[in-house]
Amino acid sequence: MTGWTSDQMAARAAADLEDGAFVNLGIGLPERVADFVPSDREVILHSENGILGMGPRPEAGHEDFDLINAGKKCVSLNRGGAFFHHADSFAMIRGRHIDVCVLGAYEVACNGDLANWSTGQGGTPGVGGAMDLANGARSVWVLTMHTTREGRPKLMREISLPATGRAAVQRIYTNLAVLRPAGKSFELIELAPGCDWDTLCAHTGAPVVAQARPAHR
Amino acid sequence: MINKQCSSAAEAVRDVFDGAVILISGFGEAGNPTELVHALIDQGARELTVVNNNAGNGEIGLARLLGAGRVRKVICSFPKGSHSHIFDRLYRSGKIELELVPQGTLAERIRAAGAGIPAFFTPTAAGTELASGKEVREFNGRTHVLERALPGDFALIKAERADRWGNLVYRKAARNFGPLMAMAARVTVAQVRQVVELGAIDPEAVVTPSIFVNRVVGIADPIRERDHLAQLDAANAS
Repeated sequence: MTGWTSDQMAARAAADLEDGAFVNLGIGLPERVADFVPSDREVILHSENGILGMGPRPEAGHEDFDLINAGKKCVSLNRGGAFFHHADSFAMIRGRHIDVCVLGAYEVACNGDLANWSTGQGGTPGVGGAMDLANGARSVWVLTMHTTREGRPKLMREISLPATGRAAVQRIYTNLAVLRPAGKSFELIELAPGCDWDTLCAHTGAPVVAQARPAHR
Repeated sequence: MINKQCSSAAEAVRDVFDGAVILISGFGEAGNPTELVHALIDQGARELTVVNNNAGNGEIGLARLLGAGRVRKVICSFPKGSHSHIFDRLYRSGKIELELVPQGTLAERIRAAGAGIPAFFTPTAAGTELASGKEVREFNGRTHVLERALPGDFALIKAERADRWGNLVYRKAARNFGPLMAMAARVTVAQVRQVVELGAIDPEAVVTPSIFVNRVVGIADPIRERDHLAQLDAANAS
């Protein structure tokens, strides 16, 4: 089972971002999408803590701890960027102004339910902006490994962990494929190189169907 | 003559009472009024409810307030952190209550309190554990959750610059919750790096107008959380 590397997954998701899109990237793997936005497109990154036009990590020695991303790492501001308070920042999310958010996931169900905030066990929980994004972004994408470290499917018939949002996810980018939650199954959009249909199905906890062909005119 | 400038952080938090609800600005290090929180520890008020995005980092500021046993309840969106060990310990041993709130709902509950809105409906958290026990209602075919305003007795916030009236300007992403919390508390105390002459702040650039601010304290060189965390990490590594 080969498939895409983490960087290739991020690049594959970035390739689907449209010129002019306002995009929020979740903490962790989704942050890497920023590094792969095609150079012919202007994509404006939003950070929940009050930044539009977020740029890459600054050079060493140029860090500013008043200019950090959602993961509290130092970032930069691109030309045209802006700062604003938290209510405005979440009005952008909750008011459906953010075109795309890319989130990590513990589990995604074929009906689009997402679990990514609580492992359901003890320990300190934390939700941050995940539920606001799952309900508010115009399009919610998930970027995740296809299975857990133990090899269990993350794409399932029903989520077993506490929900972040219901019927929230529109597209999923994994190391094996690009898929779309289609209700009772996942619809395959693209198979990663080196991954075949049987491998994909064996590692997915719900039926997978081929992409519906466009109707003949 | 109006002069909201206090001579010290201690003077600015002198009347915080036991059981008060304290709104504390900041997201990570940015915008955290560490010196005001330290003055609150010295002041001695107990049984506090604290509203912040996080639940303290390292062993300064909010984390130190929690560690001193002054806080009964934390209302926040993301208590987990790389250095949240003080909160983690209190939470695991049942010594502190946690109300976990989605970040946008937290911001909007504070904003609503400042704008005279007692409650509002939002789709955020519908169908999840964080909506359990809350009133829900359908609007436009979607389930919405009723969330209540979150006012404070005191707001402790950090800004970059103030004048003696209390007009505030912030710096970069350190603005975060400051403008909302300033609106939502009966007494708002702003810690600022610089106090300037009245008229020196461009009216077009004022972010928090003076009406929302009661007290101003100049702290020119505040504690840097990153330095403190680096020291903690070095001590733990050795």
